[in-house]
Amino acid sequence: MAKLILSMDGLVLKEITLTKERTTIGRKPHNDIQIDNLAVSGEHAVIVTILNDSFLEDLGSTNGTLVNGQPIKKHFLQNSDVIELGKYKLKYLSDTPAAAKGPQDFEKTMVIRPGGMPKPGAAQPAGPGASQPASTMSTSQGMPSMNTSQGMPTLGAPHGKPAPAMPAPGASQAAPSIGTSQPQPTMASSQPMAAGRVAAIQILSGANAGKEMELTKALTTLGKPGVQVAVITRRPQGYFITHVEGASFPIVNGKTLDAQAHALSDHDVLELAGVKMEFFFKG
Amino acid sequence: MNLSQAIEIASCTDPGVVRSHNEDSIAADATKGLVVLADGMGGYNAGEVASGMATTIITTELQHLLEDRPPYRADPLNGRPYAEQLLREQIEKANTSIFQAAQSQPQYAGMGTTLVAAVFYDNRAMIAHIGDSRVYRLRDDAFEQITKDHSLLQEQIDSGMITPEQARFSQNKNLVTRALGIDPTVEPEIREYDTKPGDVWLLCSDGLNDMVSDEDIGLTVQTLSANLKLAAQQLVQMANDNGGRDNVSVILVRVLRDFSVPRGWMSRLFGWLR
Repeated sequence: MAKLILSMDGLVLKEITLTKERTTIGRKPHNDIQIDNLAVSGEHAVIVTILNDSFLEDLGSTNGTLVNGQPIKKHFLQNSDVIELGKYKLKYLSDTPAAAKGPQDFEKTMVIRPGGMPKPGAAQPAGPGASQPASTMSTSQGMPSMNTSQGMPTLGAPHGKPAPAMPAPGASQAAPSIGTSQPQPTMASSQPMAAGRVAAIQILSGANAGKEMELTKALTTLGKPGVQVAVITRRPQGYFITHVEGASFPIVNGKTLDAQAHALSDHDVLELAGVKMEFFFKG
Repeated sequence: MNLSQAIEIASCTDPGVVRSHNEDSIAADATKGLVVLADGMGGYNAGEVASGMATTIITTELQHLLEDRPPYRADPLNGRPYAEQLLREQIEKANTSIFQAAQSQPQYAGMGTTLVAAVFYDNRAMIAHIGDSRVYRLRDDAFEQITKDHSLLQEQIDSGMITPEQARFSQNKNLVTRALGIDPTVEPEIREYDTKPGDVWLLCSDGLNDMVSDEDIGLTVQTLSANLKLAAQQLVQMANDNGGRDNVSVILVRVLRDFSVPRGWMSRLFGWLR
C-alpha cells in the first residue's frame, strides 16, 4: 500500500496508508485526512487510488495545493512527491520495493556500542537483499575498512540484526555484487564543481566600470552591504542569482527578480544598487 | 524573558537526494532561545520516530520548565546554571521514552537518535550533544566546530590512529559511539559558551558536514548571514548538489544584540534575600 506522511516544520505528525479508493483531505472533520488549520480549505483535495497508482486532485481550494513546490490541479503522484497544503506537508511513498535501497542503507548512521552485541530479541525483518547471514553482511558491505578492527568495540548491526558468528556461505556472492556499489567518499571541496565552464562578471557602469571578476567560488556576493546584496551561487546545473538583503531586488535584463533563485545565462545584464554588470561564460 | 528580539533563528530540513524518508527532526523556539536537532537511526521509519520523540519531548518540556526555572540562575546544589540541569533532565527523559518504546514495540527495536540542543540565555549558550550532529560557530571571521563528535572516527583521530586529513576519506563516518534511546541511560556532553552580538551558531546533522566541506559551510554562513533563511536553504542545497546521500538539517541562530539578564540593585537584593 502506498502511504502518506503528514508533517509540519519537519516534524512528523501522522502516517496514513492509502487504503481507500478516494482519500479526502481538508479542514472539516468528515475528511479522511483532517488538517485542522485555517489555511486548509474545508474540502481541499482528494487522492484517488487505483491499484498501485494514485492521483491527487485539488478541489478548488482557496490556497491551492503544491506538489514539489509547483501548484497543481491534478497530479499523478510519484514516489517521494511532497504535497504541500499551507504549512503542512504530505510525503507520498509508493510501496514499490525500493531496489536502490540496499547499498545506501549502509551509509546510515549506526551506533557502535562498546562491549555489547545487539540483543537477539531486537531482530527485524531484513531489508531487500539481506537474506545472507547478518554477520557476513556487515563485514562485506557495511564497513569494509573494519577489518582492521583489533581492539575495536563490537559493532552493532544497523537494524539490530542479530549478529552471532555464522559460517559465511553467502560471503562470496554478496561481496562482489554489492561491494562494487560502495559509495565512494565524495567530499565536497572548494574546487570547482562538476559543471565545467567558469563564468565571470564584468562591471559596465559606475566607478569600477570595466572591472572583471571570475566566479570561481561556490558563492560570490555582489552589491553594497546594508543597501542591496545579491549572491551568485555556482551549482552543477549552472549559475544562479538570489536576492540576499535590501529593499530592492536585483534586475536581470530589465526584469526585476523576486525572492527566488534565478538561473543566469550567457550575456545576461544584471543591475544591483544602481550598478550594471554583465554575466558571461569564459572561454 | 523573551529572546525573539535578541536572536534570529532559521532552519531547513530535507530528505536529501537519495532517501525517501527524512529521519532528521528539528525544533526551534526563538522566544525561549531554544533549538533542538536530532538525526534518527534504525530500520524503516523507526529513525524518524526516535528523532521526532527527542525533539518533541525536549522542546515541549523545556518550554514549560524554562518559565519556572530561569536558565541563568545558579542551581543551589552545584552552582551550575539551571539550563544545564534542565537539559540533562529532559535528555534523560527523552532517552527513557525512546528506549522504552524501542523495547516494547518490535517495529521500533534498535531505534535511536543523535541530538544537539542549545538553550540561549544571558549572553550565553548551554549546548548539549550526543552523537555526530554538530554545532559550529561563526564569530567575526572565524568559523569553528564547537562540538566534538561522539564517533568512532573522532576516537580514531584522538588516539592518533588516523589524521584529520585521512578522516575525510574514511569509510567509518557513520559509526557513532553514543546515541539517545539505545541504552537505559545516556551521558550527554553539556558545555556552556559565551555568545556575542554578531555570532552565528549552526546546528547540523551529518548530512551537511559529510557532503560539504567546513570551508564551504563557513563561507556560506559568512556571506549569507544577512539573510539567515537563505543561508539555511543554501546549505541544504549544497549538500544535495554534492550528492545529498543523507538527510540534511540545519538550524542557524544569529545573535542580534546583547541579551544579558538585567542585574540592577533590585535584582541583586532579591538574589541576596532568597
